[in-house]
Amino acid sequence: MANIVEPTIFELSSPGRRGVTMPASDVPEASLPPKELLRSELPLPELAEVDVVRHYMKLSKFNYSVDDGFYPLGSCTMKYNPKINEDTCRLPGFLFTHPLQPIETVQGNLALMFEMQEWLKEISGFAGVTLQPAAGAHGEFTGVLMMAAYHKLRSDTKRTKMLIPDAAHGTNPASVGMLGMQVVTIPSDERGNVDLEKLKAACDDTVVGMMLTNPNTLGMFDEHIEEVVKLVKDCGGLMYGDGANLNALLGIVRPGDLGFDVMHFNLHKTFSVPHGGGGPGSGPVGVSQRLVDFLPSPLVGIVEEGDDEMAPLYGFVTPKNSIGRMKAFHGHFGGGLVRSYTYIAMHGPDGLKDIAQYAVLNANYLQARLRGTYHIPYDRICMHEFVMEGQFEGSDVRALDISKRLMDYNFHPPTNYFPLIVHEALMIEPTETENKDTLDRFADALIKIAEEAKTQPELLHNAPSTTQFGRMDEVKAARELVLCCWLPENYEA
Amino acid sequence: MNTPSNLKYAKSDEWFDPATGTVGISDYAQNQLSDIVFVEILVEEGEEVTVGKAIASVESVKASSEIYAPAAGKVSAVNKGLSDKPETLNSDPYGEGWMIKIESGQAGEVMDASEYEKYCEGRSH
Amino acid sequence: MTYIPISSAERDAMLKTVGVKSLDDLFEAVPAKHRFPELNLPPALTEMEAAAHLGELASTNENVREHLISFLGAGAYHHYVPSVVDHMLRRGEFYTAYTPYQPEISQGTLQAIFEYQSLMTNLTGMEVSNASHYDGATAAAEAVNLAYAQYRGKRKKLVLSPAVNPQYREVIRTYTQGMGVDTAGDDAENHDGGPEALIPLIDESTMLVTVQYPDFFGRIYDYTDLIKVAHEKGALVCVVANPTALVMLKTPGEMGADIVVGEAQPFGIPLWYGGPYLGFFTTKKSYVHKMAGRLVGETVDVRGNRSYVLTLTAREQHIKRERATSNICTNQGLLALCASVYMSTLGKQGLQEVANLCYQKAHYAASELSKLDGFGLCHTEPYFHEFVLCCPKPASEVNQYLLDNGILGGYDLGKDYPDMQNHLLVAVTEMNSKDEIDTLVEILKEM
Ligand SMILES: Cc1ncc(COP(=O)(O)O)c(C=O)c1O
Repeated sequence: MANIVEPTIFELSSPGRRGVTMPASDVPEASLPPKELLRSELPLPELAEVDVVRHYMKLSKFNYSVDDGFYPLGSCTMKYNPKINEDTCRLPGFLFTHPLQPIETVQGNLALMFEMQEWLKEISGFAGVTLQPAAGAHGEFTGVLMMAAYHKLRSDTKRTKMLIPDAAHGTNPASVGMLGMQVVTIPSDERGNVDLEKLKAACDDTVVGMMLTNPNTLGMFDEHIEEVVKLVKDCGGLMYGDGANLNALLGIVRPGDLGFDVMHFNLHKTFSVPHGGGGPGSGPVGVSQRLVDFLPSPLVGIVEEGDDEMAPLYGFVTPKNSIGRMKAFHGHFGGGLVRSYTYIAMHGPDGLKDIAQYAVLNANYLQARLRGTYHIPYDRICMHEFVMEGQFEGSDVRALDISKRLMDYNFHPPTNYFPLIVHEALMIEPTETENKDTLDRFADALIKIAEEAKTQPELLHNAPSTTQFGRMDEVKAARELVLCCWLPENYEA
Repeated sequence: MNTPSNLKYAKSDEWFDPATGTVGISDYAQNQLSDIVFVEILVEEGEEVTVGKAIASVESVKASSEIYAPAAGKVSAVNKGLSDKPETLNSDPYGEGWMIKIESGQAGEVMDASEYEKYCEGRSH
Repeated sequence: MTYIPISSAERDAMLKTVGVKSLDDLFEAVPAKHRFPELNLPPALTEMEAAAHLGELASTNENVREHLISFLGAGAYHHYVPSVVDHMLRRGEFYTAYTPYQPEISQGTLQAIFEYQSLMTNLTGMEVSNASHYDGATAAAEAVNLAYAQYRGKRKKLVLSPAVNPQYREVIRTYTQGMGVDTAGDDAENHDGGPEALIPLIDESTMLVTVQYPDFFGRIYDYTDLIKVAHEKGALVCVVANPTALVMLKTPGEMGADIVVGEAQPFGIPLWYGGPYLGFFTTKKSYVHKMAGRLVGETVDVRGNRSYVLTLTAREQHIKRERATSNICTNQGLLALCASVYMSTLGKQGLQEVANLCYQKAHYAASELSKLDGFGLCHTEPYFHEFVLCCPKPASEVNQYLLDNGILGGYDLGKDYPDMQNHLLVAVTEMNSKDEIDTLVEILKEM
């Protein structure tokens, strides 16, 4: 196959080439700082605008994206990202407002944020919401800090343990680790629920709380959710909900009603903020009445009530026992909140319920079509995703091989090797924005691949073969650690 | 699987040489971790360790693991060169890939080579 | 059914395959008494209505392009963004892809991140850059985590300059509240000392010294001596830097810094009322295993093509779980691309022009403003594009007066520093014409 490597932006550089130029200075010239304070060289690329455009166009064509096709990456909710969101978030009134402007000049932004807080509260059944966190993991850290602060204020200092099911995402224990708390892993039972006996045994007065993903990362709604919540609360713990899987619950059930005390939203999953090749996301956090005073500061509030003629004046308020500030400014306003606000506004209560219902229908439909061909270790009605094993009796084909082979059929693979409790896990989340034809083609491809695994396993071991790039040498990358490049003339250095 | 018979083995896959006090990770462990790219020894010479204390942290391309002291005692030597050549753990886990020495170390719960081999076989599904 | 492409006939066929009668039957595991709540939300808008509604909200704001002349910075800066930048960001192939877990079909994102890492290391004079962090403040907080992990909790003292952005200091306090970190220097009443005042605070228990460059008041210091002392005591040094200033100034890498972080919003990212922005995080190779966030490395594929993968992933939360230094997963990927396209499109010379314009205009503004009766520059140190203006009245009053005249004044330093009630932090960029600066001076003259 032809070598298709695109030179790096540094390799494309040619000394003296110009891109966009800036106007000449219109002020009298001031002398520069003393030479000792100036840099001696600026080893950055020099290109023309057309070079830049062609370079990034070329790179874009190396990517597979939701706009290209089906992207059933479990736990990531890769739904279609509506184009209108791209326009609303770029309205000049949003793009060109400075985060430190006086509140009187940004009432549009603040009204949007206030309403967003209210909507998220309503959707999730919580008493308060912060929009500050930058992503899900950041929201988790926010939540865990609030849980710690709650116990601390009550001088309940014995509590150092967080209960986390074995199916949990890595960010859950990592968030707890950042606070130096101890993680106690709770196993799942054979139906994919929290093992109640094990949970009971772990619940005592040293428990900070539990971090539970429900539906969990197997795609299962916990059949004893009320007992789980009760056990944790009875021992004085708080319930954290990982809201990564909220897409399954919109209009179906509100975590706050189930007794959760705190939960992060992933606006970049549930509410269609595009993933951007890794981010930015947005991870607001909702809390029950018990924790509202601990929310990060500031929140958006009404600082002067309105009346029939006058809109209220929105501004910032500080919760009484706030854990403090989680990031600079007010959260991912433009790229996160405006897009999600647009999305929620266009769905309304019924539209939100449709999202959950069809996300769950699509997952169950795929599960039904693949049952029998692939082993599904926790086999019951799933929520928005399900997990199957990517391995077959007597075959050395692995989940990774199946994933790579899917690329040859022009699909993005599911999530591999997560959750950790399923061998050779393939975690499939179709989302509600796929039609039946796509799901059928995907199921057909997986069934064909299962056949290939028996008859021509080398097709899988060598996959992908039709993509622009083949499998990568990850050991070389980690051993040699080439983590950046330089201009060609700087290579001696 | 290479399991020298003069060594003792912990359930968490460390080996301990009762004759010299040397500690490392077993061939089985390095194989499970696969390509090791980072080692950090977490204890210093002169430090007292108890059985089960984390003495090193190891990362491979796909996994990460803590290494625990299989014996108690005073650390008398640390393999300082290891962090520059983590791949030694793959190529020579019982030689160049040693991690620390524990002076007159008191072994915790350890197995002999044949027991350990059986124990490892039981774990591969 | 806004974006759901399934007809009712298809739905019924699918339900049949699943073996249930209705959509509602899929939710029997959900406790009945809480199932299907009525959500009290406004009814759905069509796209046309939503566009109009959002347009209305946006136009309720006064923005710095259409309504206000802005001299406000303090961590977010109004710069020109070349047209190319947004055209590239709008490629669905970039913005609707996930984190590049499958390198064979994600080389676009991976190479773009590798180039971003390279642009940042070359800019800061450091050896390694991660793939991005949430923002400047959280990157500064993660630097503390790095140092804490590096000393395995054996050193707990953080020397934090009071001239680090107050919001960053707040975030550091929030992040470290469970770690038992002992912070010195972070004193809003003693902020004038510069690096000399921090040196005596550094001792053998210090894990990290954090300073800002240029500092929050705009002052440029060479931190070489401070860094030398810190290294003698075994401490690491983190420099929080402004990327536009780095285009002109000596790099923190040259000064010997161990970690250089900051907010890369000035590189092509709109003000956007505060986010999303782009935290950058660069360090030395020896600390890469303790660094938070994703990292892209060069390799080859089976066909011999040079290519890129996420590397050293065993440091991260999905493998290391509670033992990971950081919990970060989703980062600011698309904005790293934004900064890369911005830097590439302006190129070395364009960036130098931007930096120079910022510098020249700020100095013109400072010199004109300080000629006004009762006004003066608060500091004598060199500065880049931001400076502290002492006013004859409380800064809040000055700002209100300016706002009444269509000008977004500087940042009121009295909010964070009790003895600076009459002090404005003024930012000037290439977006401010001489006319605008003259207007500011005229209006203040009349005050
Ligand atoms: C179940 C679960 N929890 C938490 C997270 C972390 O969210 P984020 O990537 O936004 O930090 C994710 C996403 O990757 C997830 O799938």
